[in-house]
Amino acid sequence: MSTNSKKKPNSTPALEFKSSNFSVPVLALSGDDLITIEQQLIEKASLAPDFFKNLPVVIDLQASNKLNCVIDIAELTAVIKKAGLLPIGIRGGNAQQNKQALELLIPVYSVNSAAITDEPQKQQAPVPTPEIETRDTSTMLITQPIRSGQRIYATGDLIIMSQVSSGAEIMAEGNIHVYNTLRGRASAGIQGNKDARIFCFDLQAELISVAGNYKVSEDIDASIRNKPVQIYLQNQALIIQDLLQHH
Amino acid sequence: MARIIVVTSGKGGVGKTTTSAAIAMGLAKKGHKTAVIDFDVGLRNLDLIMGCERRVVYDFVNVINGEATLNQALIRDKNCNQLYILPASQTRDKDALSQEGVGKILDELRKEFKYIVCDSPAGIEKGAHLAMYYADDAFIVTNPEVSSVRDSDRMLGILSSKSRRAELNEEPIKEYLLLSRYSPDRVKLGEMLSVEDVQDILSLHLLGVIPESKSVLNASNSGMPVILDEKSDAGQAYADIVDRYLGEDRPHRFIDEDKGFFRKLFGGK
Repeated sequence: MSTNSKKKPNSTPALEFKSSNFSVPVLALSGDDLITIEQQLIEKASLAPDFFKNLPVVIDLQASNKLNCVIDIAELTAVIKKAGLLPIGIRGGNAQQNKQALELLIPVYSVNSAAITDEPQKQQAPVPTPEIETRDTSTMLITQPIRSGQRIYATGDLIIMSQVSSGAEIMAEGNIHVYNTLRGRASAGIQGNKDARIFCFDLQAELISVAGNYKVSEDIDASIRNKPVQIYLQNQALIIQDLLQHH
Repeated sequence: MARIIVVTSGKGGVGKTTTSAAIAMGLAKKGHKTAVIDFDVGLRNLDLIMGCERRVVYDFVNVINGEATLNQALIRDKNCNQLYILPASQTRDKDALSQEGVGKILDELRKEFKYIVCDSPAGIEKGAHLAMYYADDAFIVTNPEVSSVRDSDRMLGILSSKSRRAELNEEPIKEYLLLSRYSPDRVKLGEMLSVEDVQDILSLHLLGVIPESKSVLNASNSGMPVILDEKSDAGQAYADIVDRYLGEDRPHRFIDEDKGFFRKLFGGK
């Protein structure tokens, strides 16, 4: 294999570095009593065993070091692993702790590199998606015309059977369907849902937007105006597709 | 059962007062006891168009404030004894009107009159809001140009969301489109929106088209509602509108270019 690749230096690379963001829980310590830490960790983990099992965590030592606590990283990581969690880094440690962590092959993160989100996240953790579950995502159906100056906000999908006048604004966290002429402003996926789409019978909109990516009337090509279209996001670009034109 | 009609537009100068005067006169001449109220407190005009400006003693605001009775303030029209005018106050502003006060007066008028025509001021502020709040029917007066159409659309939104009927979740206000100052020649030249364009944007039932006409200005100057000028095109247009509103079948006129009397007579194109 290796000889092979030497022969073909131009072959496709076997790897690539990409940047990506992860949301990782931070375990902030405020004491140095490892027995208490272990007890409390196991207690917490037992509340939602599935969630905490093999959960990657970053250990935050800022608070404990401010209190001049003496924490041995090797001992601490052993305790955390025992509770079923996987330490994947430390931050806020002193020089000795950082050295210790690197010896254990645990990366050291700078405190300033990430925005610190406070504890409540950890308490919400057992129910990972509470917002989505409690929100009313039912469809809103409107049969009256939406006149200039009116605003409609739907927490789920929005279906409008009548026209939407210029100067009107319709918004939905989900998809928008307008089974008539769309002359006003339409924003789908207004809370960031990139899969949301806008459908309308006759596109004459002042502005269309999906998850914050928008086009104003001026940027809408004349070839797709006054036509039945669907509007969706593809690689951050807003695609307007004539529904009657196949492919 | 009395019907309250609001004549409104959002935009100024489109012909609300001319229309209010003509419609009220038309309904009264058909034998229906009708009152027409000027809601444009501070900028009253209806009394001039109706030719009763010299007979105003008490006004709308006096009645709201209890300084006069409704019967003292109502002016009987000199051309038609079924028509009464309630003028606005010229010395006050719209803040003199209150929702309860207007409601009380309308309730009182309802007992005696078949139709109550409310001439709305321009804009979407308090005066216009109070004029439409209690309405059963709305006549949307629109000129064939984009800004007037947009303002009408805005007013339609307000009618469907801020009226008493909307607030009480009752049957919505019946909306009718009146296209005024229409000139087929200018439509043909592309200077004006066509009837189809306006209807496409507003998607509203067209009650009638009133042609741009010298007779309207003449009528205003002489204090005679234009509907009394039976020879004029605008007068006939308003008569048609009243008939259609009352449920009669009248074909639309004044939409196409004037083909000339003789060509019509001999079946020319």
